[in-house]
Amino acid sequence: MLIVSTKHIDVAAECIPTHQLLNVAGERVPDRELDHYVAKLTESDLADFLRDMVVLRRLDNEATALQRQGELGLWAPLLGQEAAQIGSVRATRDSDFIFPSYREHGVAWARGVKAEDLLSVWRGAQSSGWNPNEVNIACQQIVIGAQTLHAAGYGMGIKFDGTDDVAITYFGDGATSQGDVSEAMVFAASYQAPVLFFCQNNQWAISEPVALQSRTQIADRAQGFGLKTWRVDGNDILAVYAATQAALAHCRNGLGPTFIEAVTYRMGSHTTADDPTRYRKPDELEQWKAKDPIDRLVKYLHVIGADVQSYEQRAQNAADELAAQLRAAITAMPDPAVDELFDNVYSEAHEPSVRAREGYLGYLAEFEGEGH
Amino acid sequence: MSSNAAPTRRLNTAKAMVEAIAREMERDEDVCVMGEDVGAYGGIFSSTTGLLERFGPQRVMDTPISETGFIGAAIGAATEGMRPIVELMFVDFFGVCMDQIYNHMAKIHYESGGNVKVPLVLTTAVGGGYSDGAQHSQCLWGTFAHLPGLKVVVPSNPADAAGLMTAAIRDDNPVVFMFHKGVQGLPWMAKNRRSIGPVPEGEHVVPIGKAAVAREGRDVSIVTLSLSVHHALDVAEELAAEGVDVEVLDLRSLVPLDTEAILATVAKTGRLVIVDEDYQSFGLSGEIAARIVEHDPGLLTVPIQRVANPDVPIPYARALEYAALPTPARIKAAVLKAVAR
Repeated sequence: MLIVSTKHIDVAAECIPTHQLLNVAGERVPDRELDHYVAKLTESDLADFLRDMVVLRRLDNEATALQRQGELGLWAPLLGQEAAQIGSVRATRDSDFIFPSYREHGVAWARGVKAEDLLSVWRGAQSSGWNPNEVNIACQQIVIGAQTLHAAGYGMGIKFDGTDDVAITYFGDGATSQGDVSEAMVFAASYQAPVLFFCQNNQWAISEPVALQSRTQIADRAQGFGLKTWRVDGNDILAVYAATQAALAHCRNGLGPTFIEAVTYRMGSHTTADDPTRYRKPDELEQWKAKDPIDRLVKYLHVIGADVQSYEQRAQNAADELAAQLRAAITAMPDPAVDELFDNVYSEAHEPSVRAREGYLGYLAEFEGEGH
Repeated sequence: MSSNAAPTRRLNTAKAMVEAIAREMERDEDVCVMGEDVGAYGGIFSSTTGLLERFGPQRVMDTPISETGFIGAAIGAATEGMRPIVELMFVDFFGVCMDQIYNHMAKIHYESGGNVKVPLVLTTAVGGGYSDGAQHSQCLWGTFAHLPGLKVVVPSNPADAAGLMTAAIRDDNPVVFMFHKGVQGLPWMAKNRRSIGPVPEGEHVVPIGKAAVAREGRDVSIVTLSLSVHHALDVAEELAAEGVDVEVLDLRSLVPLDTEAILATVAKTGRLVIVDEDYQSFGLSGEIAARIVEHDPGLLTVPIQRVANPDVPIPYARALEYAALPTPARIKAAVLKAVAR
């Protein structure tokens, strides 16, 4: 039997450095390249980051609880990745278009998707919780890495139209082993399309550690495709925000596609159907808890002498309000009507599909009252 | 050429296809072409000849050699507002890009609750008969028609190729446009007089989902598509001299399938020969038979004859390949059996 070592190999020279603007103690670390992207952030902006992350963590916990109580079919927790998601999406502008994976709840929510609409998909109440064209974020993609190609093509379309918008795609460390992701980078580079590839390296692809996917830093690989690349501490919201600004500016200036590896950690399970205690050691989780993205920003707010207590209280109130409203909305959400079964298979109701629908619904009606 | 109000020219199928694409590219600047060798080469089966010179590399794009790459990118571009025509050089290459076709192209509209449209045309060359082996000679239309969410068209002649291409480009659904190399009228293929025919000038749309009676007859129906239509017509002409009056139905579209046209021809003749160059089992020929007997098993007065690939990979050796293909000889024998001659 071939044993694949899951230990990180010591790469002699790390090609791409890892940017960090806030260290674990919450102290500001100077960074010549990225400092100016956060120079204009006010204390109020930082408080908004805090509120976003606190509310998002609550949304995530509430969704996990709702799944446990049978109100959702499944949930993919993002616990621990709040800074990577909020920091990046807050750097985008509304006309940029985002292609997310199934874990980017924070990205969708920060884009204006209501929490209940987001969860309605996981409840099975509707097939799409939002109109992607209204909020410029596609439906959450389940097939690993497939959305990166859609972003590449979307970016090619942006370039054809001549605007300075950017297509942004989110994916994880595991997805980087998929051909689609490599192929998307080839296409984006070939056509110099304005695409930002945002990889949240959360260390785990279900039970497989990142070292099984890549023997080098993921960011180093991206550089080989000809993408301008940054590697950042993904639990440092300032570093994520700054690097995303830098990457988007590069794309908007017509300089081609970009890549960010945000090094973070999936503190929870892969999905609610997974039990991570089967494959990872508790001390690893403890180590990462010490790097918690929310704690880090709170520490920084203390360092700069902000009124942290009032900001935390405000964030907590917003989280409580969202949770209560979310729970009420979800538990009241009806199942879809069976006659929606045939909706949207095609963009118009062509005759054979109309006949098939009528025939099948009549057939189903014979079973009414008999249960499933 | 006459100077009538609705003139037609005689074109081969490839030129008719290209002309339709060019007309739509003139009409709508969001229409673009992507694929391998679609630029300077003009498509290895001449499906894009001259488009690069006319519309430039921004709209006629040679892509890196990755089928999943350019099909996935075309899907993304379609959601952005483009209307890409993307060429899968041989349908046989579907294996390296089927996730993008089956799970994305076909399902984004459904899964987005009808919010996101994917208006693209996936063109692809199908069929054998020229010793290209098991991985370059398949038809596989049954594989694409099997999946909900895609429309599938399979023209047999120049006018239909032009009209179906125009309809496909204008359709808001993903449409798979499958052209047989043997109907393109290529100089390096076996000569085929039916690959050149009249094509109307100007606006010409063939609605997707409508079959055409290629030849009327009373005694027996051949239901078929693509290159096999040509063989069926040849056989029909031959048998007319022997007193057998054959009707030929050209399906033209597999999704939607024109069930009414199938039922009408079977109701008329009571005898059915299905000719399908795709694999026999679990495919088009079985689907046609099922639709008839679901409607009325009494329509058929004799058992159905199927002339299809006998569930073997397409051989490279010419003698073996022609033993597997639905040749005119096999079609003729099936027709004679159906009419008990």
